[in-house]
Amino acid sequence: MTSTAPTAATDLAGRRPLETTVDRHPATSTSEATSPTTDRQAEYRSLMRKWWFAAAIGVPTMVLSYPWLIPGLQDIFPRGSQELWWLWVAMGVSSLAVLVYSGNQFFTGAAEALRHRQANMHTLIAIGTGTAWVYSTVALLAPQIFPSAEMTDVYYDVTVVVTALVVIGMAMEVKARGRTSEAIEKLIGLAPKTARVIRDGTEVEIQVDEVAIDDLVVVRPGSKVPVDGIVTDGASAVDESMITGESMPVGKGPGDEVIGATINTTGAFRFRATRVGPDTALATIVRMVGDAQASKVPIQRVVDVVSGYFTPTVLILAIAGFVIWYDVGPAPAFAYAMIVAVTTLIIACPCALGMATPMALTTGVGLAATHGILIRSGDALQAAKRLDTIVLDKTGTITIGKPAVTDIVPADGLDPDVVLALAAAAERDSEHPLAAAIVAEADARGVTRLGVASFEAFPGHGIRARFRNGRILVGNRIFLESAGVKASALSGEAERLADEGKTPVFVALDDRAAGVIAIADPVKADSQAAIAALIKQGLQVVMITGDNRRTADAIARAVGVDRVLAEVLPQEKAHEVRKLQLEGRTVGMVGDGINDAPALAQADVGFAIGTGTDVAIEASDVTLISGSLRGIVAAIRISRATMANVHQNLFGAFIYNALGLPVALGLLYPLFGILLTPILAALAMSFSSVTVISNANRLKRFKLAEVGP
Amino acid sequence: MTPDQIIVTVGGLAAIGLVAWFFWLKRSVGVQASAVSGGYQEQMVLVKGGYTPDAIRVKAGKPVRLLFRREETAACSEQVVLPDFGKSAALPTGQVVPLEFLPSEPGEYEFTCQMGMLRGRIIVEAA
Repeated sequence: MTSTAPTAATDLAGRRPLETTVDRHPATSTSEATSPTTDRQAEYRSLMRKWWFAAAIGVPTMVLSYPWLIPGLQDIFPRGSQELWWLWVAMGVSSLAVLVYSGNQFFTGAAEALRHRQANMHTLIAIGTGTAWVYSTVALLAPQIFPSAEMTDVYYDVTVVVTALVVIGMAMEVKARGRTSEAIEKLIGLAPKTARVIRDGTEVEIQVDEVAIDDLVVVRPGSKVPVDGIVTDGASAVDESMITGESMPVGKGPGDEVIGATINTTGAFRFRATRVGPDTALATIVRMVGDAQASKVPIQRVVDVVSGYFTPTVLILAIAGFVIWYDVGPAPAFAYAMIVAVTTLIIACPCALGMATPMALTTGVGLAATHGILIRSGDALQAAKRLDTIVLDKTGTITIGKPAVTDIVPADGLDPDVVLALAAAAERDSEHPLAAAIVAEADARGVTRLGVASFEAFPGHGIRARFRNGRILVGNRIFLESAGVKASALSGEAERLADEGKTPVFVALDDRAAGVIAIADPVKADSQAAIAALIKQGLQVVMITGDNRRTADAIARAVGVDRVLAEVLPQEKAHEVRKLQLEGRTVGMVGDGINDAPALAQADVGFAIGTGTDVAIEASDVTLISGSLRGIVAAIRISRATMANVHQNLFGAFIYNALGLPVALGLLYPLFGILLTPILAALAMSFSSVTVISNANRLKRFKLAEVGP
Repeated sequence: MTPDQIIVTVGGLAAIGLVAWFFWLKRSVGVQASAVSGGYQEQMVLVKGGYTPDAIRVKAGKPVRLLFRREETAACSEQVVLPDFGKSAALPTGQVVPLEFLPSEPGEYEFTCQMGMLRGRIIVEAA
């Protein structure tokens, strides 16, 4: 499918709801269309050229502005001389060149904003540098209109140097902005370009966007998986770290899901494409990360209100400053008033305020994505930071979610494999989940396959199969004893296994008990470490499960959970979350995102875990692509670090403006004689916006080391 | 107070009044988005130092498609955000990027650049 602008018909009648049809780079595009990266590079190069031009003129302008202070020059250009006048004329012309070449964006930007009845940084800089130039030029050409000769000094250095400093600040800002969005560009860059598919019986290489659903795709050793799908034949290990954050390659065989953009290791396999184009996991992730990065942290709404009033307020302050200095300031009043007004305009930095939260959010969300954690929005991030309680669903979250054989206890003199072979023979065609675990274990161990003539299931009790001339019984103790089997020798072992949270299954051949097989949903390898890390972060960890109290307590003990909600029906989970919230807790709920959807929605932050690449990820606040609980620890730590960064940036930006503006207005002058120059103001302003971005970029160095296994 | 001080003071106060009125008090009524086939209300928005038009009137309950075209390279405007609808889009220079949403409640909603420097309003009127 080529990318065309979505039409109304396909959007409304199409399978995706309206809310999700926003295509990021669709287009009615034209030949001038560019990517954000090349846009940014072009912008950076253009700003750097402007900087060099302004700096080249700025240095001599600075020196020659005060020739009477410099030995040697004071003889050539004495004050009041014709030579100095001509020198200043030359400076006036060259500084105009700087305004036109290096500073034109301030004037065009200011004019555009003015047309929209808005004011921004461009407005302030344009008025500031423009005022300095006009004042100087009037003083030069018509000195007679000023009451005293002192007032006829020129300030071309202000024009040129302020322009140079602000331009270099903008260039550094563009560069740093590029770094904050590196994460998403890296994700986009993961997408493979071509795919090898079977068409008409032969293998052909095609563009990845030509792959259709149900195409049979060939993946060779070392190549990228082009789209999402299900393996049909072959086997390999696939490095999924770029999507899931899981560092170990994952084994894949027929029936397993593969994700586009992951990298095949040494094996080869073929798979059937299930999701292509904009529906692949990678495309979904890129879309989600992009949306989250552009969303707003709730605190930003306050900032937006402030910044809406900020720039006009600075204009008003500058005018007020001018009037007050003119009326009550020292002589030459007009010159002082002009300098104060210009300094005020230039020191104000609406940029730092505006960038404080978006920069941190972009970096934090991008950082999380590179660890396989998808944070849905700024709201989720802010809420995740405040969590004090984490509710973990047991099945599929703490545990793998699939029952497996954990122990085999044979009766005296029997081989465990024989017990397993007997049970597997009876259970092979049963549909019970415990049966599946036994059969899978038998196949995994490669035990001899025994054939049974027929079987009969007794739901809730067990199964009876005819074997050779006798029978195999598999079931609970009561089932065996009611069939006349003496199982008392094994009942002690069975009790012990039950205490460990496992389900004991008795196996008998004819009238003799053969052994006990314990089945349990095994705890994930790193659940215990992750839960310990959560507790260490000061969170209370609660386990919620439908299991009986005994099993639940056993698992809770094994993984170190301090509070257990057992025997909770699936539909009651949301209610339990609500009850915790009524205790005054801020609750994060961790579940598989499908069965737990209401509880995830009820929680302050819903974490969907291990849903892999399912579309269900759209329902949660935070999605962990890999199934490891370590992701929760990482997600909370990243949220906390990002919010701390937001607060630092906001604090810095507010304090900077709150201190800078009064000083620029000369509030310290009556007491200490301190008055800033416009050039110092420009330096401070450029520095403050660069500081905000650098601080946001600091987040990228955030280490998740101690979350590791 | 000398005459020139009086002139500067009065002039300054007038300038302050002008700034406050110009930026805060006067608001445009907005451009009505045009209806196109498929029930959409569509409006082209030029992104250049600001949004043109910066006030767009639409009817509640009908999907809206804003077509943004950015004609500048200044990094400020590279993203447009509609916080109330959870929508955003990157705006590569020279490309037309559609942003779609469904306004259900009448009211005024903002769209801004990521830093909130450029601002536009969507005025949703009862259908």
